[in-house]
Amino acid sequence: MSKDRLWAVAVLAPSVILIGIFVYYFIGRTVYVSLTDWGNDPAQALALDPIIRWVGLQNYSELFSGFLQGRFRQELVNTLFFTVFFILGCLGLGLGLALILDRNPRGEGLWRTIFLFPMSLSFIVTGTIWRWMLQPQGGVNQAPTLLGAPPSTFAWLSSNDSVLKFDWNTLPLITASVVGVVLLFLAVGAAREGNRVRTLVAAVCAALLIGWAVFVGPNVKLLAAPELHGFNLAMIGIIIAAVWQMSGYTMALYLAGLRGIPEELREAAKVDGARDAQMYRFVIFPLLSPITLSAMIILGHISLKIFDLVYAMAGPDNIAASVPALNMYLTSFRQNQFALGAAIGTILLILVAFVIVPYLANQFRGEEGHP
Amino acid sequence: MSKSPFKKALLIAAALATTTSALAAGKLEIFSWWAGDEGPALEALVKLYKEKYPSVTVDNATVSGGAGTNAKAVLKTRMLGGTPPDSFQAHAGQELIGTWVVAGRMEDLSSLFKSEGWTKAFPADVVKLISSKGGIWSVPVNVHRSNVMWYNPAKLKAWGVTVPKTWPEFINTCATLKKKGVAAPLVVGENWTQQHLWENVMIGTLGAQGWENLWAGKTKFTDPKVVGAFTTFGKVMDCANKDASGLSWQQASDRIISGQSAFNIMGDWAAGYYTTTKKLAPGQGFGWATAPGTSKTFVMLADSFGLPKGAKNRAEAINWLKLLGSKQGQDAFNPLKGSIAARTDSDLSKYNTYSKSAATDWKNSKIVGSMAHGAVAPESFMSAFGAVIDQFVATRNSAGAAAAAQALATRAGIGQ
Repeated sequence: MSKDRLWAVAVLAPSVILIGIFVYYFIGRTVYVSLTDWGNDPAQALALDPIIRWVGLQNYSELFSGFLQGRFRQELVNTLFFTVFFILGCLGLGLGLALILDRNPRGEGLWRTIFLFPMSLSFIVTGTIWRWMLQPQGGVNQAPTLLGAPPSTFAWLSSNDSVLKFDWNTLPLITASVVGVVLLFLAVGAAREGNRVRTLVAAVCAALLIGWAVFVGPNVKLLAAPELHGFNLAMIGIIIAAVWQMSGYTMALYLAGLRGIPEELREAAKVDGARDAQMYRFVIFPLLSPITLSAMIILGHISLKIFDLVYAMAGPDNIAASVPALNMYLTSFRQNQFALGAAIGTILLILVAFVIVPYLANQFRGEEGHP
Repeated sequence: MSKSPFKKALLIAAALATTTSALAAGKLEIFSWWAGDEGPALEALVKLYKEKYPSVTVDNATVSGGAGTNAKAVLKTRMLGGTPPDSFQAHAGQELIGTWVVAGRMEDLSSLFKSEGWTKAFPADVVKLISSKGGIWSVPVNVHRSNVMWYNPAKLKAWGVTVPKTWPEFINTCATLKKKGVAAPLVVGENWTQQHLWENVMIGTLGAQGWENLWAGKTKFTDPKVVGAFTTFGKVMDCANKDASGLSWQQASDRIISGQSAFNIMGDWAAGYYTTTKKLAPGQGFGWATAPGTSKTFVMLADSFGLPKGAKNRAEAINWLKLLGSKQGQDAFNPLKGSIAARTDSDLSKYNTYSKSAATDWKNSKIVGSMAHGAVAPESFMSAFGAVIDQFVATRNSAGAAAAAQALATRAGIGQ
């Protein structure tokens, strides 16, 4: 080995070893713990030499179909809605602000600082401020009285009402139908491109799934009794606070992207007779799509593992507005159910992987393309 | 010449080593969550300890956070890491027993109780609560009462209602008040205050003995009586405000003063809040009664200290425990903390009006432990039970909630 290579290895080795232990070993350890019964018996949970037994996927089946774990299921639903609305909100508001700033208004630097400023706060601070503002009898609800109107009575963080409710028992049915329909679209797309193998595989899978959804799905019951979950109105306040915090960041991303578009392209579009709206629609937005993707990845993993904002705003014991990360903490460190907590952690890891892995794959492929 | 600085350094090092070892002989680390308002009470105890044992350095390892939410997590890390504090705070009863005693991590204090004569100084019901498996596991420092109903005397007079004595009577009073335009006759706050209310409805309906049977495993949660009590709890919750989960217990207490609600069920730390923070006179600015159906019962919770196995400074820790259990120690601590002494022989002249009435009841009532504050249920039950209450408040399904509670109890090993 050359001296340079040796140096490279020597310098990199410590961090590789440390990451190996403190990231990957501990991920493996958590997954292992999630397959045991550590903590189910209080006498063993904190004992000096706990007896830990292997129970396979029991903790996972408990979480998804156990009688006591309704809270976790509501949290999964909350996370889904939170992620969708949070990403849409940040992208929409961020793009809007960036477009306005791109027109070089007066005091642009000042505005940029103002919009970016919330990001410098931690979620726990943001949460505390917004909790004050969204008090049922104060803050935002008192705002109409400034105009002489009666105060609003919306229960921002304490509402128990939800919309878009569905029965948890129908989850397998919904999942199978959605995936089946997506596969069907893929099959149609592949057929148009003339890729026969792909068409066939996608079509067969779609047929199987939809067939299952029609004939078997309706009879599958995860729980003995129906259990309704939906988008809880108490989450609205948390989504607003999160969007407030992170939309400045998407604004900065988009602004950088907009500034990176060469003036020649815009001029060329104008020469071709494009109106403003057309220029955005056909020239600028397509060029911004990589930025949208990376913003979605970053916002997506923030929203999946969000903890502190919810802890500060809704409190740890408010099921209506809770998230899996919060439940993981409470299960592990208050109930001492380490295995169950590890299972929730593993599910979170899998959810984050859904977001990150395609992105990483995309990145590596890109790098290979340009050696 | 060149060696002399080295020699000097050696001498200094040796001198340092002897002084630190001398210090190490007298060191004590106390772990608690008494920061903020409760800090001065702890300081008073530490001061007393220093007067008695001047050579001991006391390390006050306080982790702030209400009800020990943060401290308990730090404690777990330290215990599992093999560096337990010399003595740590825990709610007396199952919260300590169900977490640390069952795991075999605590020392039995029975002999200390015998040598100090504490089995007679503390009420028998209390000694029963802090005992299990033939051992006594912690020294209670103070006692709080949780079955108190607070009200605003002037407002009750204006509305023309009296304090209800039983839960059915409470529901009637609630209907009367609603007719008079009080939207929420009862005020509740965030989840744990609802659990607090739940246990008061349970004890008021099942009676003190019924409550004890529940935790001894003699009565199941699915018993028709318990399911019926859940239904009563649902009716009581119908009297309550809708924005509960956003309110702290202080904000809920404020609504009694403002007259927005008529009643609040809260522990007697509310008395401290009303008198100290709100500057109200006991009996005039605010009134109190035992929670409906619990007149001859004292639902207690207590802070206590235990001795973990492997404590570095065991002898100093035992001296600390002796001080905590002594009459002098308890009377130094409790007037400042706003609680009463667990001992029955405390000097009542040091306490305020409310505390005097509570101390009298402490001697004359049947004492049972609180679930919401860790006396009768282990952590694993308490923490998960919050979800059951939340679910029940949303669905009002008594049988379902009772079944869920029973499943939790089985998992937590209650009654085994």
